[in-house]
Amino acid sequence: MGLQAYLTLAAVVFCIGLFGTVTRRNTIGILLGIELMLNAVNINLVAFSRFRGDDTGMVFTLFAICITVAEVALGLAIVILLFRTRRSASADHIDWLRG
Amino acid sequence: MTLEIAAFWAFAVTLVGAGLAVVLGKNLFHSVLFLALALIATAGIFLTLDAEFIAAVQVLLYAGGVITLVVFGIVVTERLVGEKLSHVSRHVAAGGLVAAALAALLVRAISHVPLATTKPGLAGDLTRQMGTSLLTRFTLPFELLAVLLLIGLLGASYFARPED
Repeated sequence: MGLQAYLTLAAVVFCIGLFGTVTRRNTIGILLGIELMLNAVNINLVAFSRFRGDDTGMVFTLFAICITVAEVALGLAIVILLFRTRRSASADHIDWLRG
Repeated sequence: MTLEIAAFWAFAVTLVGAGLAVVLGKNLFHSVLFLALALIATAGIFLTLDAEFIAAVQVLLYAGGVITLVVFGIVVTERLVGEKLSHVSRHVAAGGLVAAALAALLVRAISHVPLATTKPGLAGDLTRQMGTSLLTRFTLPFELLAVLLLIGLLGASYFARPED
């Protein structure tokens, strides 16, 4: 398969993730959309790395995966905290900035 | 070669189908399970690109760690709220329009650029190469990543601390 097939697949997955991120009401649903988008970017990085014969992209993908795990852990902690204060999972109810 | 093409298409169709199920499903828990399927299909895509180590990390960290975390988050928040999580979408038409427009733009741009059609031959073991560059050229980002994970750990436990 050529590089074009991988890039097209990643673009489609990224747009599916974007759709989920902008349309979901639930905060955990929004997090799932962000996961899909990050995943698509990783496919691009690995594909470019393999087709250029340079391992920088793959090392960067490792970093991206680790940072995503930290992001999910913090995001879920924030979601749980918001549940405690607002008793709601909907992003529409989270519209205040003070603690 | 034909096996590689068949594997790519099988994983690609699984990935796109599972991704659509994640963003369109009504049940939040099913969405998470379909996300796990999408992440495992992505690991398969990495395998067709000869990146075995990345595929293993993807399955262990992403499909294992992240999915466990999200399921745990759902269980905790459902207990806090005491009712089943609603998982509805809003502005579906506008969101679909934006996503479809971006997809059309990206696919059009990709199809107009001359791109490599064949992979260069492997110089050696890719995992060995990655390990070498991780501890020579990328030592500083590697160590900074350890600091970031520590900060993430502390931040998450601070946010989710019990109320006093």
